[in-house]
Amino acid sequence: MSLTNYLVLASLLFAIGASTVLLRRNAIVVFMGVELMLNATNLLLVTFARMHGDLSGQVIAFFVMVVAAAEVVIGLAIIVQIFRTRRSASVDDVNLLKS
Amino acid sequence: MTSSIATHLPAAVAFSTASVPAEGLLSLAWLLVALPLAGAATLLLVGRRADAWGHWLGVLASAASFLVGFAMFIALLGRPADDRIVNLHLFDWIPAGNLNVEAGLQIDPLSLTFVLLVTFVGTLIHIYSVAYMEHDVDRRRFFAYLNLFVAAMLVLVLADSYLLLFVGWEGVGLVSYLLIGFWFQSTANAVAAKKAFIANRIGDLGLLIALMLMFATYGAVDFTTVLGGVDGVSQGTLTAIGLMLLLAACGKSAQFPLQSWLGDAMAGPTPVSALIHAATMVTAGVYLIVRSGPIFDGAPDAQLVVVIVGAITLIFGAIIGCAKDDIKKALAASTMSQIGYMILAAGLGPIGYALAIFHLVTHGFFKAGLFLGAGSVMHGMGDQVNMRQFGALRTYMKATYITFAFGWLAILGVPPFSGFWSKDKIIEAAFVGEGWRPWVFGTVALLGAGLTAFYMSRVFFMTFFGAKRWNDGHKTRPGTALSKQPVQHPHESPRLMVWPMIVLAIGSAALGGLLSIGNVFQTWLEPVTGHVEEHEPVLAVWLIMTLTLALVAAGLWLAYVQYAKAPVPVVVPVGSVLTRAARKDLYQDDVNDALLVEPGKYLTRSLVYGDRQVVDGAVGGLGHIMVRLGEVVRRSQTGYVRSYAAMMTVGLVALVAVVLATRI
Repeated sequence: MSLTNYLVLASLLFAIGASTVLLRRNAIVVFMGVELMLNATNLLLVTFARMHGDLSGQVIAFFVMVVAAAEVVIGLAIIVQIFRTRRSASVDDVNLLKS
Repeated sequence: MTSSIATHLPAAVAFSTASVPAEGLLSLAWLLVALPLAGAATLLLVGRRADAWGHWLGVLASAASFLVGFAMFIALLGRPADDRIVNLHLFDWIPAGNLNVEAGLQIDPLSLTFVLLVTFVGTLIHIYSVAYMEHDVDRRRFFAYLNLFVAAMLVLVLADSYLLLFVGWEGVGLVSYLLIGFWFQSTANAVAAKKAFIANRIGDLGLLIALMLMFATYGAVDFTTVLGGVDGVSQGTLTAIGLMLLLAACGKSAQFPLQSWLGDAMAGPTPVSALIHAATMVTAGVYLIVRSGPIFDGAPDAQLVVVIVGAITLIFGAIIGCAKDDIKKALAASTMSQIGYMILAAGLGPIGYALAIFHLVTHGFFKAGLFLGAGSVMHGMGDQVNMRQFGALRTYMKATYITFAFGWLAILGVPPFSGFWSKDKIIEAAFVGEGWRPWVFGTVALLGAGLTAFYMSRVFFMTFFGAKRWNDGHKTRPGTALSKQPVQHPHESPRLMVWPMIVLAIGSAALGGLLSIGNVFQTWLEPVTGHVEEHEPVLAVWLIMTLTLALVAAGLWLAYVQYAKAPVPVVVPVGSVLTRAARKDLYQDDVNDALLVEPGKYLTRSLVYGDRQVVDGAVGGLGHIMVRLGEVVRRSQTGYVRSYAAMMTVGLVALVAVVLATRI
């Protein structure tokens, strides 16, 4: 398979993730968008590691996964807390900083 | 005359007599200052709780200080004349690199003379005030200030360096402000206090500059270094220091051209006027010049200016005194004139120093007596000060009349009263010298004596002689101007007021003669002012004395004819041009207003305008622009997480685009 296919797939995944983050209101879905973007990046890292025959890209991909896992834990906890106090998971409702 | 005297007295003037450290009784000299200071602190800190006994504490503090001073005097008399300059080191005050100032007291005949005068006359005025201020709710505060006044003046005269002297100098200025404005509830009094303070500030500036010059020249400001090291300093520097010291003396002693505050200072309670005029304030300028004698001896030009200032003020004060109808203001003008005599004497050089101090001491007694007498008259006449509404008071206030008469005869210089011994000597000394100076200054001093006799007799006759010019309630015809005045019941003052007046009257009568026996006063001051040979005046001594007495008699007679024989009009007559000018202090206030106050106000107004328009405009404008900018930028902060995310994305994409664009 050529490199172009991987790049197109990764870009598509990243674009889908980014649009999800920007367009959806539900915090859980936004979170999924973030995960999508992270995995698009991971895909690119792994691809280039393979192409160059160098393992450091794959190592970084592992790091990203670990960090993403930690981030999901904290992020979900925050979302659950917000839902509990405000009875809503919409990111637009959390705009207290404005006023 | 200064130069001729200098040739007569080369280095014979023993100014820099080595001082000896204090021991025994003299090492307690700090008590002199500490006692009244502690009195003032107690009265001010304890507050209203001390209202019942505070005034007696004030009297006690002042009297105790006098007793300590008297003990010092005895101790100093027990030493040989060469050992009479004693230094008491208190503490290291300002150890700052090159400048190392120690706080210390110098006990010598000059400072001790002042200590005795200030504490003795001060104590008498304290006692008098107990009765005079009896009905004032703030009597305790008054006594606190009186004590502080005495303490400040003692710091001034006991200091062994110009810097410590400056502390006392400022202290005296501050307390005079507090006391002149003691009844600050009336705006006029507060304004008078402010005027005195500001006029004094100008003088203080002179002392500050003199201090800086001394430090630049000697690297020190203590008397021993400064006055002992005069020989190695150029005449120009000495003249500059001398003139600055004279400016300081002019402010504090109300000399021309800074004299305008003295008349207004009468706004304070009368005992304050007595204290300011006799002991604690206006004498400071004379002290400063006499203490700085070696500097002036090395600067004949500055010395000449001192004599001129003294001569101008002497005549100036006397002319003003001739026209004032307010008894206190007439006395104030006479103080100005008498201090003019002292400054003139101090400017004559070594022959004048002891005479200036001698006149200062006798003046302290009779002027305090006169002011306390005036206060007593006011006390009996319901605070009336207009002499045109006195008259014939001698039968109603016998003790005041007699004591006032003693002070009056003393200030006139009638032998054998005190003033004769001191003032006559000054007139004689003014006639000593060569060239035009003795003729000019001698004549001025002589004329001053005649004028003094006229205006002081005027005060005396208008108050105690002539017909009644006050409403006594029954003999006044209804409908006349007199009947509209409040009814007066003149009465003698209480004993607490009369006794101090009697003591001062005795001093006015006898002190001058006693201290003149064998020149005992001059001999006593010699360790400080130096020994002076007799000098022949340009006129024979007997002729000067005869002329003086003739002028005094003429002034007295003129005043008698005008104010005791002839009826005194109650309504102020228009008077000649000179009279009207003298009533307005010879337009001194108008001159000050036109030259200083109005330009000052204009400057202030333009500065305020500039501040509003330029400085405030720039600062305010900048703030305004920032506010507007903030309003625009604020719109981007929506508070929606997704819009921030969108911004980040857009920004990131833009960055990547830029990076890529530059790569290709």
